[in-house]
Amino acid sequence: MISVIRKTGEFSLSILAATGRAALLLLQLVVNIPLLARRHELLLEQLYRVGVLTLPIIVVAALFVGMVLALQGYNTLIDFGAESSLGLLVALSLCRELGPVLAGLLFAGRAGAALTAEIGLMKATEQLAGMEMMAVDPVWRILLPRFLAGVISVPLLAILFSAIGVIGGYFLGVSVLGIDQGVFWSAMQQGVDFQQDVMNGIYKSFVFGLLISLLAVFMGYDASATPAGVAAATTQTVVLSSLIVLAMDFSLTSMMFSRVMF
Amino acid sequence: MKRQFVEIVVGVFVIAGFVGLLFLSFSVSNLNSDAISDPYQVSARFDNIGGLKVGAPVTMAGVTIGRVRKIALDTDSYQANIVMDISDEYSKLPVDSSASIYTQGLLGEQFVSLEPGGEQRYLKEGDRLRLTQSAVILENLIGQLLFNNSAKGAKQ
Repeated sequence: MISVIRKTGEFSLSILAATGRAALLLLQLVVNIPLLARRHELLLEQLYRVGVLTLPIIVVAALFVGMVLALQGYNTLIDFGAESSLGLLVALSLCRELGPVLAGLLFAGRAGAALTAEIGLMKATEQLAGMEMMAVDPVWRILLPRFLAGVISVPLLAILFSAIGVIGGYFLGVSVLGIDQGVFWSAMQQGVDFQQDVMNGIYKSFVFGLLISLLAVFMGYDASATPAGVAAATTQTVVLSSLIVLAMDFSLTSMMFSRVMF
Repeated sequence: MKRQFVEIVVGVFVIAGFVGLLFLSFSVSNLNSDAISDPYQVSARFDNIGGLKVGAPVTMAGVTIGRVRKIALDTDSYQANIVMDISDEYSKLPVDSSASIYTQGLLGEQFVSLEPGGEQRYLKEGDRLRLTQSAVILENLIGQLLFNNSAKGAKQ
């Protein structure tokens, strides 16, 4: 009995300690940003690996999500004779929720896991320790470019997700389901507010990008230096960042869009 | 060679992101249709504005000529005082124009509709429309209908 309580306490303390270490790492990363200005090609390379290579999966996923939204929305809206609002439904759901959230989830799976595995393996093969021996700070040289590339990429990917999703919905709604294209766009423009819907979606995706990137580099940097440790860290990155994205999405949505409270 | 390729591809990625943002702002949201160039303001008082909201269109003959800027309760007359921005493109509206609140479709958004009057003088900044017609409240209509029917029933 007492051992169960002890285990719970140990677990809570280890989570608290890890959160503290992650916060310290974030501080260290932010302080080091000016140093990166001299070596911007490091950032560029990571932007390519983290951002550009995630693009194909984002484009394909966005097209399908946009199309399935249009199809499902159409089936529901036509019962109320409101199929002219289809464009509005697709654009609002993408800009407010699906764009930032799905881009974040896909990014965590495609790039976050790779970052953790890479950094964890560097640690396991003592490359990071070797750098420290040469007086090169791995936080600056390895972690910072990857972290910043993630922070920059996720909002861009989320914007592209929303835009391409709308195009997918447009394609299905107008050319397959036969909604008038003028009605599709004008209903969308009347209902979607730039500040309220588009910008809030982008703020969300920025928060997601920050959290996923921090978690990915932290998990790699903090992994125990064994094959099993790297594997566990990679799994945890994907699981935790998915959970964090969904939970943060709920709290950010309730702050941004609720008119009742706050 | 490799580095140049990476630079170009990253450049394309970032530009694509901004093009997407432009698409979202101008094609998907209402950023371009929101701005009215050099508006002048006209106010009107209504007994009841129903569900009218700030930003609702102001139309004449079905053409949008402005937007509702402010809605407040006038505590002297207990009427709703609304201020409208009207585009200076439409500066020749007679001073005795009347304003009504209508609904787009049966359950759509509410908007202000202006009917031109016959005066030769035109509305200018800060004027108030005297003739107004309140929004039709569906519940009141239904209530009246029920009341009329039961009154008829009592007579017979």
